[in-house]
Amino acid sequence: MTLTDAQQLGYINAQAADGRVNVELETDDGMVLNMGPQHPATHGTLRLVARLDGEQVTSADVMCGYMHRGYEKLCEVRSYPQVTTLVNRIDWLGSFANEVPFILAAEQLMEVEAPPRAQWIRTLLFELSRIANVSLFIGDLALQLGAQTPAFYAFRDREFVLNQIESVTGGRFHPNFDRIGGLKDDLPKGWIAETKAAMVRLRAFCDEMEGLVYGNEIFQSRTRGVGIIPAAVAQSYGLSGANLRGSGVDWDLRRDANVGLVYDQLDWKVWTHPDGDSYSRCWVRLQEVREATTIVDQICDGLPSGAIMAKVPRIIKVPAGEAYIATENPLGQMGYYVVSKGDTGPFRVKIRSASFNNISIAPWLLRGVYVPDIITILASLYFILGDIDR
Amino acid sequence: MISLSVLGVELAYWQVTSLRVLGVLVAVVLPAGAFVYLFLFKMMSFMQSRLGPMEAGPFGSMQLLAEVGKFLQKEDIVPERADRRLFFIAPYIVLASTFLLFSVMPFGPDVYFTNLDTGIFLALGLSSVSVIGILIAGWASANKYSLIGGIRAAGQLIAYELPMVLAVVGVVIQAGTLNLQGIVAAQHQGEIFGFSGIGNPFLLTQFVAFGVFLVATQAELTQTPFDMPVAESEIVTGYMTEYSGLRFLLFFIGEFATAGAFAAIAATLFLGGWALPFVSLDDNSMNFIGPLVLFAKMLMVGFLIFWARFTFPRFREDQLQAFAWKYLIPIALINILVTMILKVAF
Repeated sequence: MTLTDAQQLGYINAQAADGRVNVELETDDGMVLNMGPQHPATHGTLRLVARLDGEQVTSADVMCGYMHRGYEKLCEVRSYPQVTTLVNRIDWLGSFANEVPFILAAEQLMEVEAPPRAQWIRTLLFELSRIANVSLFIGDLALQLGAQTPAFYAFRDREFVLNQIESVTGGRFHPNFDRIGGLKDDLPKGWIAETKAAMVRLRAFCDEMEGLVYGNEIFQSRTRGVGIIPAAVAQSYGLSGANLRGSGVDWDLRRDANVGLVYDQLDWKVWTHPDGDSYSRCWVRLQEVREATTIVDQICDGLPSGAIMAKVPRIIKVPAGEAYIATENPLGQMGYYVVSKGDTGPFRVKIRSASFNNISIAPWLLRGVYVPDIITILASLYFILGDIDR
Repeated sequence: MISLSVLGVELAYWQVTSLRVLGVLVAVVLPAGAFVYLFLFKMMSFMQSRLGPMEAGPFGSMQLLAEVGKFLQKEDIVPERADRRLFFIAPYIVLASTFLLFSVMPFGPDVYFTNLDTGIFLALGLSSVSVIGILIAGWASANKYSLIGGIRAAGQLIAYELPMVLAVVGVVIQAGTLNLQGIVAAQHQGEIFGFSGIGNPFLLTQFVAFGVFLVATQAELTQTPFDMPVAESEIVTGYMTEYSGLRFLLFFIGEFATAGAFAAIAATLFLGGWALPFVSLDDNSMNFIGPLVLFAKMLMVGFLIFWARFTFPRFREDQLQAFAWKYLIPIALINILVTMILKVAF
C-alpha cells in the first residue's frame, strides 16, 4: 500500500507529537510513572502519565486516542441501517444500548414511531445490556482491588444475561438488532420465563457481591473517602451516569428526558449516594443492577402484544434535518447528534459518549493521591476504552 | 538427613551429603509442586467456579510439568539498562532463603538436616534473607514498576517480620526451648487439664499467636490481602516484572516453596509437627510416617493461607503498615505477656 503525501505527513506529525511528550517527561522533575497504553489496570489502551513524589501523585495526565477507530467519520459513509453495526462496538459490554439512541434520532428525523411492543422490548434489551455491563464492572472492580474471585463470579452470572440477549438477537456481544421503526424480530418462545429465572440469578449475584465485596472491611477502607467528587465539580466536568449520581446529583435521563422508551410506564427508582467517593459510585452501580432486574421483571409481565415493526420504506432515506437524542446508557449519558441531508446515509454523526467525559475528571481527581488509589479511582470511574476513543 | 543407622547401612560422608542435597531438593520442590497443583490449580478453580487443569494427566496433574516446560522454553530476556549481574543472582538469593529454611525443619525423630538448639531463631532469621533478593531484583531491573514493587516488598517484609517473631515467642516461652525438635516433644508430652492422650498442640493455648503468625505469613509471602508489592493491577508484577523464563520460574518456585516452608513452621509450632498422638516419639516408624504427618498438617495450614488469598481484596500500603504496627504487634505483645504470666502461675 502506498501512502499519500498527506497520510505520510500525518504519520510523521503523530510520531513527532509522541516524541515531544516523551522528551517533556524525561526532562521533568521527580519520577514519572507511565501506565499504559499496555497496562493491566486500564482494561484497554488508556495511557496514564503520573508524576510521582514517592508514592504520591503530584499530577497525572490521561492520554486517550490509542484506540480511536474513527466511528464518527465511518458513519458518514454508511447507510442508516449499517451504522448500528458500527456503534455496537463503542461500549462493547452493553452493546445494544449503543444502538438505541442512534435509531431513536433517525426515527425522529423520519417521523416514524416504533409500535408499543417494539418500544417495550427495546427497553427490556436496554436494561439487559445495562445488567451485562455493570455486573461485569462489579467483578472487575474487585479484581482491580486485588480480589480475583468476584471477577469470575461476575463472568459466570453475566453469562445468564448474555444467553438471553443471544437467544433474542443472535449476537452475544454485538446484537445489531435495533431497526428504524422497530426491531428485527420478536422474542422467541419461552424466553420470558427464562429471563425471569435469569433475573433471580442476578439478584442472588448482587446479594453475593454485597457480602463478598462491598461488605468487606478491606474493600471499604480502600474505597471510602478515596477520590471524592463534590456535586458541583461533577456537574462542571459533565459527568453522567452513576459517577454523577454517586455524587448525590439526582439526575437520570431515563426519568428526566425519556424519549422513545417506556420508563415512564414502569415503577422504579433512581439511586443516589451523597458521599461522592469511590465507594458511593460503586454502590450506586450495584443498586442499579438490582433496579434493572426489577425493571426487566416488570417489562416481562407487562409486555403488550402487537406488531414489532412500523411501516418504513424498504430503502431508508432520511429527510434533511438535525436531531440529538441522548439516553442513560450503562456508562452514563450517550447521545447522537445526527445531521441528514436527505440521503441514505447520515451527513454527520457526533457521538457523545459517557466515558470520554467521565475520564476527563481523572487529572483533577488524581492530584495528591497515592499510587494504589489511582487504581481505585480509575476503577470506580468505570470507563470502557471503546467508549472513550470511539 | 536420615541418620542411616535407621536403615542399618553405613555410608561414606560424600554419600550422606549427596543424600542430604537430594533430600532438600525433595523437601522444597515437593511441597511447592503440591501447593501449586492442589491450591493454585484445583482449589482456586473450585472456589472461583471455573475450570482448572483437567486434560494433562489424571485430574490435570501433569499440568505442572507442562508449566515448568513452558517456562524453561521461554527466552530469558534481560533489560538493556539492567544491572546484569545483580539481575541474574536475585532469584537465587530468594530461592536460597527458602532452601535454608528447610535445613532446620524436623520431619521425624531422626529425619532432619540439622538439629540446632536455636532452630526457630535461625529459621526466622533466614526467612528475611529473601528481602535482599527482592530488593536486588527491584533495583537491578531498571524498571519503575520493579523499583516500586521492590521498595514496597522491603517495607512490608520488615514490618511483618516483627509480629511473626513476637508470635513465635509465645510458643517458645510455653515450650521452654528454641529447638524445633524440643517444641514438637513439648507438644507431644504436654497435657490438657491432666488429659495427656493427644498431647497439647500449642494451637489450643497459643491460638492468638497462631492467628498473628498466619497473618504475618500471608504478608511475608506477599499474597492477597498483602500483595501490594506484586499488585498486578497497579505495578504489573512488581519486582518480577522484567523476569521471564527460568528466572521467573525460580521466583515462582520460591514463592510457593516459601509458602510450604511457613506452613511447615506453623504446623511444627502450633499443630504438633511430625508427631502423632498415642505413638511414642522415639518409635522408629515415625521416621517414615513423620514426614507424611507433617506434610498433611502443612496442607491444612496451606489451605487456610490460600483460602484467604482467594477471598480478600488487597490492602493499601499505608493501611498495611498501620495494620502491622497498630494491631498485630500490640496483640502479639499482649499474648507474650499473658503467656508469661500463665507460665509462671502454673
